[in-house]
Amino acid sequence: MDRLRLATVWLGGCSGCHMSFLDLDEYLITLAEVADIVYCPIIDAKEYPRDVDVALVEGAVANEENREMLLRVRERTKFLIAFGDCAGAGNVTAMRNPLGDPESVLARSYVDTAEPPSSPPVAAGIVPILLPRVLPIHRVVNVDLFLQGCPPSAPRIRNVLEQIVAGRRPPFDDMVVRFG
Amino acid sequence: MTRRIVIDPVTRIEGHAKITIHFDDDGRLADARFHVTEFRGFEKFCEGRPFWEMPGITARVCGICPVSHLMASAKAGDEILAVEIPPSADKLRRLMNLAQIVQSHALSFFHMSAPDLLLGFDADPATRNLFGLVAAEPDLARRGIRLRQFGQEIIEHLGGKKIHPDWAVPGGVGKPLTPESRAAIAAKVDEAKTTAIIALERFKPLLDVYADERDNFGDFPSLFLGLVGPDGAWENYGGKLRFVDHDGTIVADQIPASEYRDHIAEVVQPDSYLKSPYYRPRGPVDGVYRVGPLARLNVCSHFGVPLADRELAEYRDRGGRTPSSSFWYHYARLIEILAGVEMIERLLDDPDLLDHHPRSHAQVNRLEGVGVSEAPRGTLFHHYRVDRDGILQNVNLIIATGQNNLAMNRTMLQIARRWIPDFRPVPEGVLNRLEAGIRSFDPCLSCSTHAVGTMPLIVQLVASDGTTLSEVRRD
Ligand code: SF4
Repeated sequence: MDRLRLATVWLGGCSGCHMSFLDLDEYLITLAEVADIVYCPIIDAKEYPRDVDVALVEGAVANEENREMLLRVRERTKFLIAFGDCAGAGNVTAMRNPLGDPESVLARSYVDTAEPPSSPPVAAGIVPILLPRVLPIHRVVNVDLFLQGCPPSAPRIRNVLEQIVAGRRPPFDDMVVRFG
Repeated sequence: MTRRIVIDPVTRIEGHAKITIHFDDDGRLADARFHVTEFRGFEKFCEGRPFWEMPGITARVCGICPVSHLMASAKAGDEILAVEIPPSADKLRRLMNLAQIVQSHALSFFHMSAPDLLLGFDADPATRNLFGLVAAEPDLARRGIRLRQFGQEIIEHLGGKKIHPDWAVPGGVGKPLTPESRAAIAAKVDEAKTTAIIALERFKPLLDVYADERDNFGDFPSLFLGLVGPDGAWENYGGKLRFVDHDGTIVADQIPASEYRDHIAEVVQPDSYLKSPYYRPRGPVDGVYRVGPLARLNVCSHFGVPLADRELAEYRDRGGRTPSSSFWYHYARLIEILAGVEMIERLLDDPDLLDHHPRSHAQVNRLEGVGVSEAPRGTLFHHYRVDRDGILQNVNLIIATGQNNLAMNRTMLQIARRWIPDFRPVPEGVLNRLEAGIRSFDPCLSCSTHAVGTMPLIVQLVASDGTTLSEVRRD
């Protein structure tokens, strides 16, 4: 059997979902025996590769770079998992939405609290532009599975991965759908 | 024509960032910059919410050090209640914060930086990672994973969850430790201590093996900031602020958190979402200071636990009273792991940890509170203003990593000067050194851009007219 090509992606989130992935602890070693981790914040791949079997996507879509990245991930991935509550529902990352446009949020951080008061950062091509509203990933692409939680605990992540490694689609049960 | 190299994203760090390297018309190095590309806006969207929610919300600033935010937030809340928390709560919070330092430092060393340090800066990028380390050094890699697990399990024993536990609250903590949990933690102390010692012994010879990196990864004089106890001892949860100069001279001492504004101001860089704090009395140029393991060891007199104190003495024999190279962050971090494990071991004997009343109850008694704690990567401030009903009117967070922003930029320039003095094709290993320079600080960019977003890292090699020469990115 071909080795599974697994990726993890970090969009607008706190990395807590990735930390929970690392909480797989020694199962990570077992996982590496049957799967290649082809893209992940802890490996040095700079470009999202083609022909990825499974991707865990953490975080909501908060800026233009997140959006472009997510579209690329969808195009190159067979089975895309919304990993955690930010990806699946916006969660904390989307808490800026009720404030309206990003300008007021930026102003608070870069004008009101900076000395001397400044203006928000602008550097074309370097600092990405914020989207008017933060979106959960299913508003941008199709999602194959929602693994909820803030973050989903390591045993729940392991449950999903073990089923995928065994060639099964994880059932839609309490191990998958549980917020918070 | 001016040119630039872009590294995008920077990998094996906590967050989204880019590095750009700029060259002038003659192809000579002009500047190298570190950019954080993530923004989330916590300061703004917390306004109008009850301060009681803040430990739970601000923990979500960051999944790597949620506990640090929990502590700073709960301490700011204690100030607003104007209560003295029970001694048991103080000790329980300390236990969790130490566990947090151990797990986060283990992550920084084993998962993020050991691939550079033990496999080599020029090793094949395809295997220069944790999984490559598992293949090359299975025993050490497994030990590193289990050390992080040791810290994470203590957090889970106390807070019920490894990440984002809702446990510390204004006035104390939710639950004490159970005798079963205490026994389970105690059973793993020896292994954790051994792992810390093994890692230290592996690291020390690298100071000579990588002499070039040691002398060029951000070696410059700066101020250092950290919490210390009343006697100048190393602190992580309590204590007051101390600034020391590059030669170890104490510049300001025993500053209460509430006076942080007299000492720290923040500037904005036009090309990064990361703000840059500086030591106010000296201004943004001369007021550059560093925080985190290197700074904490430079500001403190001693740890107060035997093995770590012996290591500290050796560290100072090798590097002087206040080592100035950021490469020493790794060394300082490993000593802090050992100190953390020793302090956890000592704390576990304290019967107060099992006390059933680890919380003081009160309502809003003060309209302002500042909480400070040492996150693994440095000093963290939460400053809240509330109305009579406890509704937040104003929130300011000064995040550990932000305070290293100016120093990280200087580090980029120094590394670029050493390895890319003029524009030419550079081997991947050189670009990796720029990233490794950032990794030594163990920045946490989800934290630092608490203000709003995520953080990819890009390193760009740029000519002075802005043309990008080459670019390495991680999204
Ligand atoms: S779901 Fe929770 S843990 Fe995951 S990125 Fe969002 S806030 Fe962090």
